[in-house]
Amino acid sequence: MANQVVMPKLSPTMEEGQLSRWLKKEGDTVSMGEPIAEIDTDKATMEMQALGNGVLRKILIQEGQSAPLGQVIAIIGEADEDISSLLQGLAASGSKETKPAADRPAEKSEPKETAPATGAPAAPEAEEPEPSPKDDSQPAGRVVISPIAARMAAEGGVDLKSLSGSGPGGRIIKRDVEAAIDGGKKAPEASRTRQTAAQTSTAPQQEAVITGASPFRDVPLSEMRRTIARRLVTSIGPVPHFFLTIEVEMDRAADLRRALNEIYAPQKVSINDLVIKAVAWALIKNPDVNASFQDKVVRYFERADVGVAVATDNGLITPIIRAAESKSIVEINSEIGELANRARARKLTPDEYTGATFSVSNLGMYGVDEFTAVINPPEGAILAVGAMAPKPVVKHNEVTIAQCMRVTMSCDHRVIDGAVGAQFLQSFKQAMENPLHLVVSNPG
Amino acid sequence: MPVTTMRDALNQALREELQRDENVFLMGEEVAAYQGAYKVTRGLLEEFGDKRVIDTPITELGFAGLGVGAAMVGLRPIVEFMTFNFSILATDQIINSAAKMLYMSGGQFKIPMVFRGPGGSAFQVSSQHSQALESWFAYFPGLKVVMPSTPADAKGLLKSSIRDDDPVIFIEQERMYGMKGEVSDDPELLIPLGKADIKREGSDATIVARSLMVPLALKAAEELEEQGISCEVIDPRTIRPLDIDTIVQSVKKTNRAVIAEESHPFCGVAAEISAEITERAFDYLDAPVKRVSGADVPMPYAQNLENLAIPGVAQIVAAVREVAYQ
Amino acid sequence: MSNGTTEARTRAGAEERGAPTVVEKQSTTGNSVDTAEEAKKIKRDQKRRLESTGRETLVRLFREMLLARRFEEKSAEAYSLGKIGGFCHLYIGQEAVAIGAISALRPDDYVLTSYREHAHAIAKGISPDAVMAELYGKATGCSHGKGGSMHMFDSSVNFLGGHAIVGGQIPLATGVAFASKYQGTDKVTLCFFGEAAVNQGAFHESLNMAQLWKLPCIYICENNQYGMGTSLERAMSLQDVAQKAGAYDMASEFVDGMDVLAAREATQRAVDRARKESLPTLLEFRTYRFMGHSMSDPGNYRTRLEIEKHQERDPLKLFRATLEEEGILSSAEITKIDDEIKAEVEHAVKFAEESPEPDPQELFTNVYANPT
Repeated sequence: MANQVVMPKLSPTMEEGQLSRWLKKEGDTVSMGEPIAEIDTDKATMEMQALGNGVLRKILIQEGQSAPLGQVIAIIGEADEDISSLLQGLAASGSKETKPAADRPAEKSEPKETAPATGAPAAPEAEEPEPSPKDDSQPAGRVVISPIAARMAAEGGVDLKSLSGSGPGGRIIKRDVEAAIDGGKKAPEASRTRQTAAQTSTAPQQEAVITGASPFRDVPLSEMRRTIARRLVTSIGPVPHFFLTIEVEMDRAADLRRALNEIYAPQKVSINDLVIKAVAWALIKNPDVNASFQDKVVRYFERADVGVAVATDNGLITPIIRAAESKSIVEINSEIGELANRARARKLTPDEYTGATFSVSNLGMYGVDEFTAVINPPEGAILAVGAMAPKPVVKHNEVTIAQCMRVTMSCDHRVIDGAVGAQFLQSFKQAMENPLHLVVSNPG
Repeated sequence: MPVTTMRDALNQALREELQRDENVFLMGEEVAAYQGAYKVTRGLLEEFGDKRVIDTPITELGFAGLGVGAAMVGLRPIVEFMTFNFSILATDQIINSAAKMLYMSGGQFKIPMVFRGPGGSAFQVSSQHSQALESWFAYFPGLKVVMPSTPADAKGLLKSSIRDDDPVIFIEQERMYGMKGEVSDDPELLIPLGKADIKREGSDATIVARSLMVPLALKAAEELEEQGISCEVIDPRTIRPLDIDTIVQSVKKTNRAVIAEESHPFCGVAAEISAEITERAFDYLDAPVKRVSGADVPMPYAQNLENLAIPGVAQIVAAVREVAYQ
Repeated sequence: MSNGTTEARTRAGAEERGAPTVVEKQSTTGNSVDTAEEAKKIKRDQKRRLESTGRETLVRLFREMLLARRFEEKSAEAYSLGKIGGFCHLYIGQEAVAIGAISALRPDDYVLTSYREHAHAIAKGISPDAVMAELYGKATGCSHGKGGSMHMFDSSVNFLGGHAIVGGQIPLATGVAFASKYQGTDKVTLCFFGEAAVNQGAFHESLNMAQLWKLPCIYICENNQYGMGTSLERAMSLQDVAQKAGAYDMASEFVDGMDVLAAREATQRAVDRARKESLPTLLEFRTYRFMGHSMSDPGNYRTRLEIEKHQERDPLKLFRATLEEEGILSSAEITKIDDEIKAEVEHAVKFAEESPEPDPQELFTNVYANPT
């Protein structure tokens, strides 16, 4: 029987999608899992996959048009199947008339007598067609998923619509989500399997691709912590920021960067790559900063998943370097380059830009000396990195010139107190000023 | 460590506790002169005399209640039911007197006593002599319910039960009396009530089993290991109080649970454990909790039917494979 | 032996074995009984027994019976005011049994009884305050508010409970007696129950064990002739309860339960047998309850006339008359005692009213002695 293809939820915050491009045209044969269209979400351009086999019988929304989540946008059925009654039903419900999303609520609230003059009788046909309960592949139907799989998918930012369950009745189970997380990112060495923690710590260069959210532990809020949170929020908005600035001497970091670029030419490591590595190093050294305020608990993450602000034509997005503490500067450089490219092409998957534990924003390349950045909740802090510039400094009682860089950390005061943030910055400074830490030692 | 049968391990526990505390006495049908219908009380009459090892008439309600009364004023009775099937006659005294005395007297009269004997399925003795009753007793606040699965556990748990100040239902498995295992001869070998034992560690599925089902679950785990499924086998040992934390912890690790039991499924202990897992570890489950229970029928006599009525290794293996989606 | 005899009938164990006692059936619930004649006989018997009982004891017995009566009257009042919940089984009419029997005990002897137990609890030494507070469900009750009317306990006076499953206390009492013997003490155990409990297996199982193992337990059947609303005749094939001891080769006596002195004397004999020979006895006390089975009993299974006839044998009234007629207590002294008792009962009510309810946390205490 014919399947209705609905506008799928392709990002955690998506409410409507714009059909950017149909990859199939009416009459084309499609098979399960095959991409049939590209959808622009609020964050990225995503491929939409067919969730059944058959022929793309009818396209109900044209390229460039938008539709809210769940709206029927196409019909897939047998080549010779009669879909006229299905189309009639959709027409009666108004689904065929794709409108800008903003019009939808108004349409819904319209009194009956002014409903679109489709000539359809008011009663049952006007109802939205119910998906058949027997058909597991109904995209509009309820997602059947085990509790642990649902949790892992939510934490890993895995889109359930993209999964087909291997459990009974199509239930999505843990291994389906694990497979999606493992295979979700087409890294150069995609065939690698996930490695154990022991392997990770002894051989970081063998690190497999890490995706999904960092493991964490939740620590219930103490009374004091709760009071701090409550009082500070009443003072400054929902995320009470405070700011700490420190100056870092960058000569040795610049030397290291040059050295790396000689060895790994033509790869070009940037100061920002070193900053990310140093942030990760300092986060693992100061786990109290690698934290998130979660209403009832403070969540402490085990990995340093560092979000990196990338400017695109459509605005700011922060792709994530997962487990940056276990990656080399060169690896970070490659990964960031690849993520930034895909961000500009709007090809990031939600998993790649949601769930950082800390973010870095660098405006140094624009000549900005220092600035403050706004925390991306629920992260606990963000580091604003200014430009590197020569400055006079006093060393051994003599004034000399050193390359200096000012960084400002914005902290969520509900989680991070001043001293804790300051200690983090000290660690960061230590790592940048003695960058061999970033090459030879494990943090902690 | 010496190797002992479960029967002799129980006998050792009784002997040691009779020696240790003058207030402990043992009564029941055929426990003395006959040496015990299942020989668990062998030799005790000779050692302790007929004041402390007492043959009773076949009068279960009477001697169960007599034990409760004696416990009210300071004795520590061990009442043996020749089998727990006969405890059904004594349930008024067990439930209305033993379980509730401390509570309804506002804490004045504790009942330090043990009701013990074989329970669960026996060999081809049909409906009235072959049944698992632990869920009955476990239902009542005030009672503790203990079911050992190894000779060492049997000894350590029985000694703890005798020393406990609450009424304990101690259910031995008739089919396991001959089971052998290492048992310490330490007279202070005590296993605390309310503490589960992880009989085997694993990562893919948790099997909760008690009494006769424990060796079967371990065997199933071996088979499943060969099939690539690693099972954790947990024996709660005490049904009430139930060490649910150990079970839930395991399920959080494995995401899957199978509960094996001899008793009927309806309102059974497995149903209770399943509900607890669902309440406490819902977000960790990758499959519905699966019960493997005895058939929901009175026990038949014919051997083939009896075999079908009692869960075996194959059913446990199948259930684990099901929750592991294999 | 004639109908309604009050003469003691004793079969004392092994020496008389093999000579079954045949007792005529006694119809005691109908209107054919000449209660007025029986009342005269009780007074004759009491006067005969006065000489062997000291004045102090006589006055104490009277006081305790009167206290039991006034306490129950007050309980009924409090119940009808909604101060007492659940079931409330009153003892009015039966006072001679508990007061007479318990007066034959030492303080360290044990008493177990059924759910009609307020008088037994007070007679054994629990204060009326603590009993009333228990009825009120207060923390100061003798079971700390967890037992109520049917489950009074006090370990300090060896009162081991009211028990509310008919006959359930009989095996327990047997066990308490077993423990006394096991521990080598000479304490005896009194076990009270109604005649309806005699039809329970627990009764027969217990008597069998008690005689078999020679346990110092005295089984007191308070035959008030109705098991709730069912008369003895409709429920028991052999209505002579005392005779059932013969089935277990146990000594037994049939006693007029409206005569406090007869109750005391018969119990004294049984206590001696238990304490000195470690032997059990079954005592049947024929009595009558003037109130319903419980406060919620409409009582339509017997006539007003029947109750009134039995009230001619009111144990309290008869004993009071005996004491007055024999010059033991003057009318003025009796009035004074009554006033004192009324004040005592009022105090109990006030105490109960003013006592705190159990702490809500008490809900979960005392479930286990060794909680884990």
